[in-house]
Amino acid sequence: MSLKGRTQEFLITRGEGESSKLEEYSLELDEGMVVLDCVHRIQYEQEPDLSVRWNCKAGKCGSCSAEINGKPRLMCMTRMSDVVAETPEGKPIEIRPMKAFPHIKDLVTDVSWNYEIAKKIKPINGPDEKNWEFNQIEADRVQQFRECIECFLCVNTCHVLRDHALFDDFAGPRNLVRLAQYEMHPLDTEDRIPEIKKEFGIEYCNITRCCTEVCPAGIQITDDAIIQLKERVVDRYYDPLQRIWRTLTRQKVRY
Amino acid sequence: MGEDYKQYEYDVIVIGAGGAGLRAAIEAARSGAKTAIITKSLLGKAHTVMAEGGCAAALQNADPRDDWKVHFHDTMKGSKWLANWRMAEFHAKEAPDRVRELEQWGAVFDRTTNNLINQRNFGGHTFPRLAHVGDATGLELIRTLQERGIHEGIDIFMEYTVRHLLKEGDRVTGCVAYTRVDGDFHAFSAKSVILATGGITRCWSVCSGSWEYTGDGHALALWAGAELRDMEFVQFHPTGMVWPPSVRGILVTEGVRGEGGRLTNSEGARFMFDYVPEMFASDHAETIEESDQWVEEVVSGKLATVRRPPELLTRDVVAKAINTEVKAGRGSPHGGAFLDISHRGKEAILKKLPSMHHQFKELAGVDISEEPMEVGPTAHYVMGGVLVNAETQETTIPGLFACGEVASGLHGANRLGGNSLSDLIVFGKRAGEFSANRSKDLAQPSIDDDQVQSAIKIMLEPFDNEGGENPGLIYDGMRDMMQAKVGIIRTKSELNDAIDDLKNFDDRRKACYPGSTRKYNSGWHQALDLKNMVDISYAATLAAITREESRGGHTRDDFPVPDDEYWGNTLNIIWMEEGEIKIRQEPIEEMREDLQKAINEVKSMIAERAAEAGGED
Repeated sequence: MSLKGRTQEFLITRGEGESSKLEEYSLELDEGMVVLDCVHRIQYEQEPDLSVRWNCKAGKCGSCSAEINGKPRLMCMTRMSDVVAETPEGKPIEIRPMKAFPHIKDLVTDVSWNYEIAKKIKPINGPDEKNWEFNQIEADRVQQFRECIECFLCVNTCHVLRDHALFDDFAGPRNLVRLAQYEMHPLDTEDRIPEIKKEFGIEYCNITRCCTEVCPAGIQITDDAIIQLKERVVDRYYDPLQRIWRTLTRQKVRY
Repeated sequence: MGEDYKQYEYDVIVIGAGGAGLRAAIEAARSGAKTAIITKSLLGKAHTVMAEGGCAAALQNADPRDDWKVHFHDTMKGSKWLANWRMAEFHAKEAPDRVRELEQWGAVFDRTTNNLINQRNFGGHTFPRLAHVGDATGLELIRTLQERGIHEGIDIFMEYTVRHLLKEGDRVTGCVAYTRVDGDFHAFSAKSVILATGGITRCWSVCSGSWEYTGDGHALALWAGAELRDMEFVQFHPTGMVWPPSVRGILVTEGVRGEGGRLTNSEGARFMFDYVPEMFASDHAETIEESDQWVEEVVSGKLATVRRPPELLTRDVVAKAINTEVKAGRGSPHGGAFLDISHRGKEAILKKLPSMHHQFKELAGVDISEEPMEVGPTAHYVMGGVLVNAETQETTIPGLFACGEVASGLHGANRLGGNSLSDLIVFGKRAGEFSANRSKDLAQPSIDDDQVQSAIKIMLEPFDNEGGENPGLIYDGMRDMMQAKVGIIRTKSELNDAIDDLKNFDDRRKACYPGSTRKYNSGWHQALDLKNMVDISYAATLAAITREESRGGHTRDDFPVPDDEYWGNTLNIIWMEEGEIKIRQEPIEEMREDLQKAINEVKSMIAERAAEAGGED
């Protein structure tokens, strides 16, 4: 679809917290624009103090997360041609901040909770000798998780957090992916299973896969990270044979 | 009287949380210093995430013929012999250990068949040398350092922007910042301050940089009285996206060419064969057959027995070649060249270049496993920056250190791809270590209220300009001007025009109005950034006018050839005196004898290889 010359209406969240509301803007579009281009155009030409958090504008930093027509996406990787096509003719395109996080102003939210959880996760603990040896198949398993750009769209979408606000009891999909990345590292020897069960509350996830659907990096959050971790928790805490074996041998389970 | 501000005391303050800043902070904290990072973005979002191709280090995993001497030679040659040889030596010798250390901190690099860190080919590197993770190596590097850094007892101030360095006599003693979220002010007392703020490429409209690349550290150093060098050398990466307009400039990794990508013009010709400079003639393939054989050998994991494709010439050479082809009317439909990797097949492309595949598919509707990309030069990196001591990374001002892109010396007139990520970790570590050691004997400096208040006053000035222009328009206008007049090919008259234009943009900046709120006001942030951008653009333009020759990332249409006699041994040094930016020339120091010997050894090795491969008469 050609966008050039088309005038498009937008509704964008303005203001702070409770007192914020949707304001209307109109903009002439150009070829190949993404949503973030439109927000910048409005900022540069109409509203200098319009708040928007962004960095790379190339889908690599995960800063410009927002809800576009109600769907959580990166503004820099969402093409206007797609958004215009999905918006009913004559209706404005809605851009709102992520709903699950405390609102700061306009399109910007406070995502610091994610960083606080990350700090509680034990870092990698591997051999002291340099030149670690492991093969590409072992690397592949972990590399998927390391493609996370920390846009926190998964956290924003997770109903445990978005609808039930269990921020004190559940680590959220992003940090479960981080835990999976360490737990599945071929040379890591740290044990994080007890806190994955208790402090990080993995059992709150009931596998609705909402996080996986919105992940712009295409990480199989539910199947490859969360379910794998759930299985390890089950093996440790609920498998009677494993429990007897561990008691007898006084061993930590190796995976 | 005056505005309220909070006060803090640290041994070492690191400004910037990219690869260099994080590595510096980790080292400072490990050396016992009470350390803080101040970053204007959230943690893990810095420009380092955009690095794609890899991190250069002579690990000898992919090709045992590599060693620090070859890496040192390649870096010096790529720099057109202007690099600080002492820095290039540290870099080549220390990069392997810094990379292995990242692995122990959790980085998961792609593997060789021997289960070690794999290395890929890149322009200007004689052997496959770049440790990488697909085409998202920067993300791996920053995430690894971030995940290490949060467990080192470092205080991290996110979304704080530093606008002023505090001084006591000649010494830097801290800094003043505002918070992006609230617009509150904060003053930090520090025994040492490390600049790790990255580059300046947002000064050009077609650039691969994130919004952060507004020359903050370059300007802070300049304003504090430190010296800069090499500011005329700006790297235009040959392959940025050219279409559609809104993505113009976004980087297309050199990894595409490292994996065998072919550049062609509208006539279908592999034009790079026509642009091999004399100094590189012996180490590049002369025929398509030789070039294809090289790709065949390296992608199947063998040691190359023939010479590399000319697509892997250094970035300055490839960028200028594409520019010339387009000007001669042989460009692609949207004014670039074609870059084709589809012959490698979908599976290899998805494994080795996944984010390129995604980027083109999502933003341009192009499937690079089936059709060629359109690419053209994009402002990518500034070789110039704050002059530092090679060993300690201390600037010409005591108490002020710099590392990463904001520092200068390692890359001279042109940086080799992959030498940036290694620069960050090698010299980040050095800056952290030496700044922490330097702090040990010093008393905590006091915060001078007068300096803080005057810095705050300057920060608040834009709010007095009600009715003034939107800063965004000045920002766009200035970037377009720099692109047009201080771009890839330069002439004296345009550069002189640029100087006049910058004065005009400076006046417009002083009168712009960002709206009234201090709370997450993007326009206010931009209004303040414009001050650095104008000063740093001025420095880059002044240096470009002065260097009357063409070399590396500086090409003068009116002086098209290198002047080895004079400029081949001379650097431009820039500093500020009573508000005025000044320039002088200094000769470069003659290379130490043992290093010169190392260079000669590598030269003979390359000549022997060329003779074998080319069957030269």
